[in-house]
Amino acid sequence: MSFISYLINGISLGSIYAIIALGYTMVYGIAKMLNFAHGDVIMVGAYVVFTTVSTLGLPPALGIVLATVACTLLGITIERVAYKPLRNAVSPLAVLITAIGVSYFLQNVALLVFGAGTKSFTSVVPLEALELAGGELVISGVTIVTIITGIIIMVCLTLFVNKSKAGQAMLAVSEDKGAAQLMGINVNGTIALTFAIGSALAAVAGLLLCSAYPSLTPYTGAMPGIKAFVAAVFGGIGSIPGAMIGGILLGIIEILGKAYISSQMADAIVFAVLIVVLLVKPTGILGKNIQEKV
Amino acid sequence: MSLLEVNNLTISFGGLRAVDGFQLQIKKGQLYGLIGPNGAGKTTVFNLLTGVYKPNEGIVKLDGQDITGLRTIEINKAGIARTFQNIRLFKELTVLDNVKVGLHNHYHYNTIEGILRLPRYHRVEREMNERAMELLKVFGLDNEADFLASNLPYGKQRKLEIARALATNPKLLLLDEPAAGMNPNETGELMDMIRFVRDEFQMTVLLIEHDMKLVSGICEELTVLNFGRVLTQGETATVLNDPQVITAYLGED
Amino acid sequence: MKNLKLNKIRNHDFITYLMVLIAFLIAGILSVTGQMSSLMEGLLVPLCIYVMLAISLNLTVGILGELSLGHAGFMCVGAFSGAFFSKCLDGAIPDGLRFFIALLIGAAVAGMFGILIGIPVLRLKGDYLAIVTLAFGEIIKNLVNVLYIGRDEDGFHFSMKDSISLNLKPEGEVIINGAQGITGTPNDSSFLIGAILIFISLIIILNLIHSRDGRAIMSIRDNRIAAESVGINITKYKLMAFSISAAIAGVAGVLYAHNLSTLTASPKNFGYNMSIMILVFVVLGGIGNIRGSIIAAVILTLLPELLRGLSDYRMLIYAVVLIAMMLFNWSPGAIEWKERMKEQYFSKFPFRKDDKNMKKEVK
Repeated sequence: MSFISYLINGISLGSIYAIIALGYTMVYGIAKMLNFAHGDVIMVGAYVVFTTVSTLGLPPALGIVLATVACTLLGITIERVAYKPLRNAVSPLAVLITAIGVSYFLQNVALLVFGAGTKSFTSVVPLEALELAGGELVISGVTIVTIITGIIIMVCLTLFVNKSKAGQAMLAVSEDKGAAQLMGINVNGTIALTFAIGSALAAVAGLLLCSAYPSLTPYTGAMPGIKAFVAAVFGGIGSIPGAMIGGILLGIIEILGKAYISSQMADAIVFAVLIVVLLVKPTGILGKNIQEKV
Repeated sequence: MSLLEVNNLTISFGGLRAVDGFQLQIKKGQLYGLIGPNGAGKTTVFNLLTGVYKPNEGIVKLDGQDITGLRTIEINKAGIARTFQNIRLFKELTVLDNVKVGLHNHYHYNTIEGILRLPRYHRVEREMNERAMELLKVFGLDNEADFLASNLPYGKQRKLEIARALATNPKLLLLDEPAAGMNPNETGELMDMIRFVRDEFQMTVLLIEHDMKLVSGICEELTVLNFGRVLTQGETATVLNDPQVITAYLGED
Repeated sequence: MKNLKLNKIRNHDFITYLMVLIAFLIAGILSVTGQMSSLMEGLLVPLCIYVMLAISLNLTVGILGELSLGHAGFMCVGAFSGAFFSKCLDGAIPDGLRFFIALLIGAAVAGMFGILIGIPVLRLKGDYLAIVTLAFGEIIKNLVNVLYIGRDEDGFHFSMKDSISLNLKPEGEVIINGAQGITGTPNDSSFLIGAILIFISLIIILNLIHSRDGRAIMSIRDNRIAAESVGINITKYKLMAFSISAAIAGVAGVLYAHNLSTLTASPKNFGYNMSIMILVFVVLGGIGNIRGSIIAAVILTLLPELLRGLSDYRMLIYAVVLIAMMLFNWSPGAIEWKERMKEQYFSKFPFRKDDKNMKKEVK
């Protein structure tokens, strides 16, 4: 029974990673950049929910909406101010460092506004825990909501990218910016839209993460951000189904590793699995293998 | 005996036979042309000869030595050097250093001697500089030795690539469209230069080229490739007047 | 012509050495005459450490052209192996000799890790390589945190669980105590030694760049396929650059360990955040520009301290300055604007004709 319970917790944590990883992978696919600040957008989203619900005492639903709107606007602003000017820079590292700067910036703004102390986050999930098998298997409400939200987001996003006009435009821009422009696609708009969606997802991930692990600090987003980045690479960066698979596998490996091997070494196990996967398949599980033409 | 002997060379990419049963004999000191319409598999042949791709079938012998399926660097050490259709220079290195990288395997001192600048470092570096400058002079690049390779005009970049390939002291030089992007004047110079290289270094040259003036001007023998197969082989004048060849080109264009 | 070029390289490197020497002398005089605040004095050794980390990472990122996000891992390996050695032989051999050997051990162990990690990692490309180096760095940090080594009359005892399972005799001593790390490492580091180590690292890196091996490494960076086609052994030279870079980071680690009485591996000192900070030095100073790395490391280390008066705002300002500098230095728009300004205001001065052809890779 405990194994099933671990597995479910793993899928739940993995769903959060997957939602964050989707943001990473979409941005990577379209802007070819590692958005290191993505994890910190999660943190901002969580603080917005915290302020609305715990400090101001407003209903959680409003908090969720506000957080999503705030993160979306934040994502678009970051892209416009910090990343867009560097889109055609000589070195791809330039925008990576700027993203690190944005990450520091967000963390330190949060530090100034909310202080370094840990805020205890009240779960925004009203669902009761589910007891199965005569009380032997308890699944918390947050876990259920997380998994369901994860599934809904993945289905919607897949439909959006494959069926909608804007989604097709994203695919086109990620394939070839120049050609997409010539076909009359608004490249700048499409990139901004990608950042907006990614950041909105980060807001959702933030409140799910903090509902499950209710301690909030300015650095809350950093490690999940890195893990999600690992998940995205694991699944094949740039690939949307890859991010989902990578995220969920990573969550399962982390929880099972913590439970059965060593809680202190859970992170090492996650990273070791990533290394093994990349050595066997150098572009991740679903990544495309591009060979350089001679 | 021929310097290069290729038999039944074949490679498929996902069911498509890009090169199929290719065969070729080049005698030492020959200027040999490989021509054919776009997409015929000429560059693929070069990639097979230099170990970028491993052939599915066939044998490649250089100077009697079987080099089939060896790695690129082993093939270079065995004596084949090449240039690339889309120029591949070491852009952030100087013109001189580009050639010195080509000399790499012929001049030795170890890492410690290099870091501590022991006498052998100074001596060998001086020898390398002299040798590299000699090569650059042949191609009229000696005045640009200090320039970054990326700052050279296009025609000179092509020449530098040949100089770098020659620096590895090959037996066989493969040139992939050396005249591409050159004006008629530069092409003329290039033809003289290729002849000069052959005579001066006793080099054997196999080249891919679309410029028929260059091909008919310097190549002694030709192989025509079409759809991955050898269409015809023989002396330049005979091949170029072959109706099959004319159809292959006109049909394609 | 060629002599001219050799002179140019020598001048270029000479300026770098001179700059470090002058900076060392100024800081040394200020420190000796008591003109320097104790805060600044405490920063002198860390400055040396950051400079060494920055120039060594530049060897991987700028000269070899591979993005590594695990540099702090090599520093960690060096720090722990060096401190372990010093702890074991404390009092047994003269202090100076012991520290010297500790530095060599740190270099050797980190260099070895560089080779071990480099063999699988360097087959990957670009962002994949970056994430795997990050993963290795995190694994190293994580493993060090669960490593227990003790010593008693029977010899050394190892454990990955806790200090009790070392089964030490009562008089035995725990040397590496898991997350508590190593305590009581002799305080051997000094600004002078740090400066000497910077000089040695500079000589190694700059001379390597201008040697046969350095050219091979840079040729791989510029065009791997062409490098292979002229017979350059890609794996050998990638590993060479990567392990030399790791070894210098290891030495920086030893310096770090002997500057503190307690050495622990935390996300702050050996985590990916540190690797990223070093990368920031490298990119801001100019990729492949060794002198730039030194300047960037010094400025960015001092900046938060100089802003200390602004207390809470200092890291925020640091972040803003970082973003602004990146945008100003790298965005095509800003570069164009700078060119225009230069033309408008400085066009009267005749620039050297070969200015735009100046060597870029040796600054």
